[in-house]
Amino acid sequence: MREELLAAAERALEQWIKARGEVPTSETSEGFRLLALHRQGARGVPSFNACRETCREIAYHYNLLESSKDERTQAMMQMLVRHLELFVRGKLEVNGLGEFCCSSRALRLESAPAKIPEGANHG
Amino acid sequence: MAYYPGCALEGTGHAYNESTKAVGSALGLKLDEVKDWNCCGAMEVKNIDPKVQTYLSSRVMSIAANEMHAKVVMAPCNGCYHNLKKAEYDLEHDASSRETVARISEKAGHETYQAGQVETIHALDWIKDGVGEEELKRRLKNSLKGLKVANYYGCMYTRPRHIFPEKDKGPGSESTLQPHFMDDLLAAAGAQNVDFPLKTACCGGAHTLSDSDTSTQLVLNILRAAEAAGADVIATECPTCHSGLEMHQVRAEKVLGEKTTVKMLYFTQLLGIALGVAPRKLGVHENVSDGMEVLKKIL
Repeated sequence: MREELLAAAERALEQWIKARGEVPTSETSEGFRLLALHRQGARGVPSFNACRETCREIAYHYNLLESSKDERTQAMMQMLVRHLELFVRGKLEVNGLGEFCCSSRALRLESAPAKIPEGANHG
Repeated sequence: MAYYPGCALEGTGHAYNESTKAVGSALGLKLDEVKDWNCCGAMEVKNIDPKVQTYLSSRVMSIAANEMHAKVVMAPCNGCYHNLKKAEYDLEHDASSRETVARISEKAGHETYQAGQVETIHALDWIKDGVGEEELKRRLKNSLKGLKVANYYGCMYTRPRHIFPEKDKGPGSESTLQPHFMDDLLAAAGAQNVDFPLKTACCGGAHTLSDSDTSTQLVLNILRAAEAAGADVIATECPTCHSGLEMHQVRAEKVLGEKTTVKMLYFTQLLGIALGVAPRKLGVHENVSDGMEVLKKIL
């Protein structure tokens, strides 16, 4: 189960990275590809660090489950992975990178609002 | 100590304002509200023009430093705290921010804030450093013993790390990876902190209007995780997180049919109870979540 959950978390980050036009890394950080993917996904997007500790907690719970099959730990890891998936989904929508409903990239590009000129609001 | 409540504490976070003041009074910590303060720039201004947000936050610090001659500004809202810290960082490291702030300050007719004139702290630092756990224990009137608490810090209290140079300095300092100041204070007040891995996870506050459904599901996940950890109550230290948890708890039940029963209370409300302040003075009745239900266990 812990392998499946870790893989699901990696898939969520892969979607974010692919939506930004990059190839998801196959490298690892501190023994986890998940942490390397997070680092890649947060490059240039500081707000993506809001899921940094969630990723670290997933790695921590993965390690915990190596020594014990405790149901509560497993349930917590499930919730952490779900949180990461929801967070990435929200980021995809807010950034117009998703390919679904009204936030899809194609529609966003068609109806993109005019850019505010540089310095227009500087008084 | 200059006190910057920020806009939310006059609206949805009114109970946080009341309970912060009440706890300060009970602990003998004086607060002088920043005169004629303005919005810190929040998310709205920052998204359009970050330099205007830097200016707005700098004006608050300028009044504190140059008119009130304060050395420290305390901001209990994570958004305000974050923005003042960010402005401080920008003014120290970015010449164009300094130029913009100087220009607008001159137009507005007040002294330009210079980086380093004040230190911005959070309400957690205020109590942790101003009183500390041992003194807090000595002043307890109602122990929070028997109350299981999940401490929720939200995502802006520790991020991005570079704007909080005082954190991660070893024992005694706050950690950006595993914040613990709220845990420490509430444990000193007798509460039993539960192991809560989503303590800094996103509550969806930034896209609560643009994507309410995702926000509701993010909050629902936090609430479920707190319940799975055995918590009776989630302690909060940010008005945006707090109202988000409360409102989306209601929405999750209405829209998704998912009922959760964990309650939300500001950490200042919990400390106030421990210090013997009446729940009404702490604004517990203003919360959407019925905190009295769990407080009855200890009162």
